[in-house]
Amino acid sequence: MSEQPAEHLDPANTRPERLRVFLVDDHAMFRAGVRAELGAHVEVVGEASTVAEAVTRIAAVGPDVVLLDVHMPDGGGRAVLEAMRRSHPQVKFLALSVSDAAEDVIGLIRAGARGYVTKTISPDELAAAIRRVADGDAVFSPRLAGFVLDAFAARPDAPVADPELDQLTNREREVLRLLARGYAYKEIAKELFISIKTVETHVSNVLRKLQMSNRYELSRWAADRRLV
Amino acid sequence: MTREPPISTVTTPPRLYRAPEHRMAAGVAAGIADHLGISVLRVRVAFMVLLGLSGLGLLLYAAFWAVVPLRPGDTAVPPRRDVGQLLPFVGIGLGVLLIQVMVFDSVGAAGTAGWLVAIIAVGAGVIWHQSAPERRRQWGDTMPVPWLGAVVEESDRRAFVLRFIGGGVLVAVGIIGVAAVYSPAQNFDAVINGVIFALVGLAGVGVVAAPVLWRTYSQLRSEREGRIREQERAELAAMVHDQVLHTLALIQRNASDVKTVQRLARGQERSLRNWLYKPTASPNERFAAALEQAAAEVEDTFAITVETVVVGDRETDERVGALVAAAREALVNAARHAGVQTVSLYAEVEPDQVSVFVRDRGAGFDPDTVEDHRHGVRGSIIGRMKRHGGRAEIRSGPGEGTEVRLILPISRDSSAAERNK
Repeated sequence: MSEQPAEHLDPANTRPERLRVFLVDDHAMFRAGVRAELGAHVEVVGEASTVAEAVTRIAAVGPDVVLLDVHMPDGGGRAVLEAMRRSHPQVKFLALSVSDAAEDVIGLIRAGARGYVTKTISPDELAAAIRRVADGDAVFSPRLAGFVLDAFAARPDAPVADPELDQLTNREREVLRLLARGYAYKEIAKELFISIKTVETHVSNVLRKLQMSNRYELSRWAADRRLV
Repeated sequence: MTREPPISTVTTPPRLYRAPEHRMAAGVAAGIADHLGISVLRVRVAFMVLLGLSGLGLLLYAAFWAVVPLRPGDTAVPPRRDVGQLLPFVGIGLGVLLIQVMVFDSVGAAGTAGWLVAIIAVGAGVIWHQSAPERRRQWGDTMPVPWLGAVVEESDRRAFVLRFIGGGVLVAVGIIGVAAVYSPAQNFDAVINGVIFALVGLAGVGVVAAPVLWRTYSQLRSEREGRIREQERAELAAMVHDQVLHTLALIQRNASDVKTVQRLARGQERSLRNWLYKPTASPNERFAAALEQAAAEVEDTFAITVETVVVGDRETDERVGALVAAAREALVNAARHAGVQTVSLYAEVEPDQVSVFVRDRGAGFDPDTVEDHRHGVRGSIIGRMKRHGGRAEIRSGPGEGTEVRLILPISRDSSAAERNK
């Protein structure tokens, strides 16, 4: 994950209080590693290794951001998302996984996660991604940007039911392409002669379309989630 | 297991074969005699006696001939038998019928009985002997009524159904005929009764056989699923054993060498990921696979990470191959000169062009001063793209990192609009 821009790498930027982060992963080793890496940037307020444990503890602790593993026994990250989304809309979820199969990524975003990074991400980049999710933005790694471009590719045989949701605008497509090429928001803004705020708006719109669209490819990816 | 027409449960070996070494006609009598442990003469006499029943002996003999295989190993005749072997029976049967019609003015009751028994025997025999021999052996070991096993045969189901229905019709006709012949009065009721009895009989057989059939079918299916699962497990085990364990051992031995450990872990992760999630495509055929392979080679050679994202795909040809080679060169340059651990590679296949972007956030350079004496950039990237009708742009500045953009138009109209401008 190299997409995080330098201007977001300062964890002590906008908020005086430290972000409260909750870890959900069935690998204790990985949880310990993340906890150690993130300790300087955020406050890790809890951990869980199963879906049931995660649901009860997150409800009790009320963190800002939950780092969520995709592949866990008894339903994985999706099960946690589906259990928590309605009751705790203020909790933001960032998916973290070793898998980068398109159906996993798209499926999780559609279930409500606001971003997706792989476990090989550097600690600084992970902290920046958490910050961005907490601020209500989306986190599109280059790989996720590529999957989205693929999913929204203009296929002649794909009927468009709702142009508002089922198609990307040219601008959104350009932003995604630059994300996939490894550009930071600031660089994208410079390249397209728009403000960083506008870039963020485009990315948020793409995330919304990704979650709401009924496009065949998206539904298929969401439905076909392979459990490995 | 015997090869008699299946009218009873199966017995275990010794099996009934025709014995070619003592044969007069087809070795049927000799085979039966061997099988039953009585003298050949008695068997032949029995056939002669049965011949009195309007040629039933002859019919039975022909049926045995059709159904019972030659003893394997002492003949050049292949064990597989076909419908052609029923021809002698048909011929002889027709002959007997003609003789009967000529000698008596009509076919007698005994003759009819003989005929009907023969038809039943033939029907059952057809069903029986058309099933594949190795299957039959398998059912013979497990099923009380072996030829029922034919129902669950997976292959060639339609042909089988046709055979089975044909044989069943023969059997039914025979049974109905027997009922009709032996009913006292030749009135319509008798025929109806006969038909009803026959149907009841068949239904009974069906009811008895259904559970057995179903059980066998599900047994076979679960066996097959088990085999497939087993195969997958074996494949995974082989993969883990050949690669992952090997890599872990190497990592332990090179624990002090951070670069090597990173390279080993990265390479192993990539191959495992591909094995789990990606349909295998040949780098010689598909653009995306070729590009990913090039990225993997650079990763392994220079111990860096290449963030590869490919959108769309297409067949490769000479020009697309040149694009991949240029992209590879750009990756090598980034790995050599940028001084960073991560390089971004993005490729997109559109209807009118293929584009590749190689970006690093490393040292960067001033393109004007470097291009003169850097053969890699001038020849391997810019020149190569030009030769194949594409173009290359390099944007870089000291301290800003570098981006190499490769555009290859793939329609005849090479004036594809430049994107992102």
